Amino acid sequence: MTFSNSVAIVGVGETDYSRDSGRTELALALQAILAALADAGIEPRDVDGLMKWWVDTSTEAEVAANLGIPDLAWWGEINQAGNVGAALVAHAAAAIHAGLANVIVIYRGVNGRSGRRYGRGDVTGQGGRGGGAFTEPYGLLTPQHGLAMVARRRMHETGITSRHFGMQAVAQRRHANRNPRATFHERTLSLEEHQASRLIVDPFHLFDCCLETDGGGALVLMSADRARELARPPVLIRAAAQAGPGLGSPAGRAAKRLFDMAGIGRDDIDVVQIYDHFGPFVLFALEDYGFVDNAGRFVEEGGTDFDGGRLPVNTSGGHLSEAYLQGINHLIEATRQVRGESTAQVPGVEFSFCDTGIGTGAVILERSGPG
Amino acid sequence: MSTWRFERPPGLPIPEPSDEARPFFDALREHRLVIQCCTVCGAQAHPPRAVCLACRSTDFEWREASGDGVVFSYVVTHQAVHPALVGHTPMATVEVELAEGPHLYSNLLDVPPEEVEVGMAVRVGFEDVAEGVVLPFFRRRAQ
Repeated sequence: MTFSNSVAIVGVGETDYSRDSGRTELALALQAILAALADAGIEPRDVDGLMKWWVDTSTEAEVAANLGIPDLAWWGEINQAGNVGAALVAHAAAAIHAGLANVIVIYRGVNGRSGRRYGRGDVTGQGGRGGGAFTEPYGLLTPQHGLAMVARRRMHETGITSRHFGMQAVAQRRHANRNPRATFHERTLSLEEHQASRLIVDPFHLFDCCLETDGGGALVLMSADRARELARPPVLIRAAAQAGPGLGSPAGRAAKRLFDMAGIGRDDIDVVQIYDHFGPFVLFALEDYGFVDNAGRFVEEGGTDFDGGRLPVNTSGGHLSEAYLQGINHLIEATRQVRGESTAQVPGVEFSFCDTGIGTGAVILERSGPG
Repeated sequence: MSTWRFERPPGLPIPEPSDEARPFFDALREHRLVIQCCTVCGAQAHPPRAVCLACRSTDFEWREASGDGVVFSYVVTHQAVHPALVGHTPMATVEVELAEGPHLYSNLLDVPPEEVEVGMAVRVGFEDVAEGVVLPFFRRRAQ
């Protein structure tokens, strides 16, 4: 028996997003957690589970001590880099479903601009060791290098172009312009500005690359039955799936498990969030998850716009224009869409899809019915 | 004929091979590009593995590749996003598909970044990058 709809997200919270928070990463994590708990109407003493990104520097012991958690029953983290948010939701839901914990908080707090910077390889560099022995000596030193290599090949094979990448960046910027939390809330972007922006690692222009952000975010999960006692309607976790190393696209493999567990089809999804470390991968993922056959044509038609698009994508502005919080801001936005609280709200959302790593993990959230 | 020549940024990391990968780097010192092959089923692997993906054997031999390949993909670094790249942009890095099948990353010694294309035919060449460390690079090859 799966945990489908037996576990819910009951609280979401974040800090302000900035380039220089002036706070420790632990303080950012705690601030986000307290916001999420307040949103849920749950006291810190009722939390008995904590889960984090492997790369997050704030340990569960520090967080538990600062929150005054009286009895931490479950904790954990998932390795790889930023791309594990939805996988953490899957693990937490499985733990709650199995009775190992009652209330689990998933948190992320990072000084990603003023501290260690992903964009410079500060977090992912291998110093020529391991797989890095075959990449780094030739100048593949940062996440953008390896992913630009994949993007170039995809452009060659499918005919998708930098202009298509720009159209998605513009769609997300329009979403961010509605979102007061977004780093680029007050800065518009045109396709011409995208095309004229400097090349970082060709084929990636500046506005194909995610922001670097100081900030924090948190989610609160508990059983759907217990969640119904809270003041606010729970957001049900209809399905979750991961895909690690293997043969073929991770998103394709994750999609099979995800939609099998959900028992619904792509056409049932009302709104989508996709991990946009680099904007082109949003379009690749739309194809790999099976949402569209030709993402270039889809974005030409405005398919990902919140207002009138067939499948609105990254409605908070995403990593490109809201903040780069390694997917937790996508999970928060996916939850808000179900609650009807997004600043780029899609009408009548029943099913909300969220990928946090182009296949490493994805969830489908569902609006809970009455009772 | 262009006289452009790749100048490797001296601050780039030097490989620190795993035990499985060491024979690959040892062969480079003799200016040989070798591919790990399973002695039981013949399956090739790069980067080198501890166990054959096809048959689970742990017995490998190292077969010399022809050195011919084509550019499968490439990137050009325009912004020095890492300290080692400062003063060395634009710089192209290529993914080469060897004639034998495996892919490896490298740089092109005689092709300026603006001329790199997917599908370009290339052949391996060897360069010292540090005391006792030789890496495989590629040059344009007539098809």
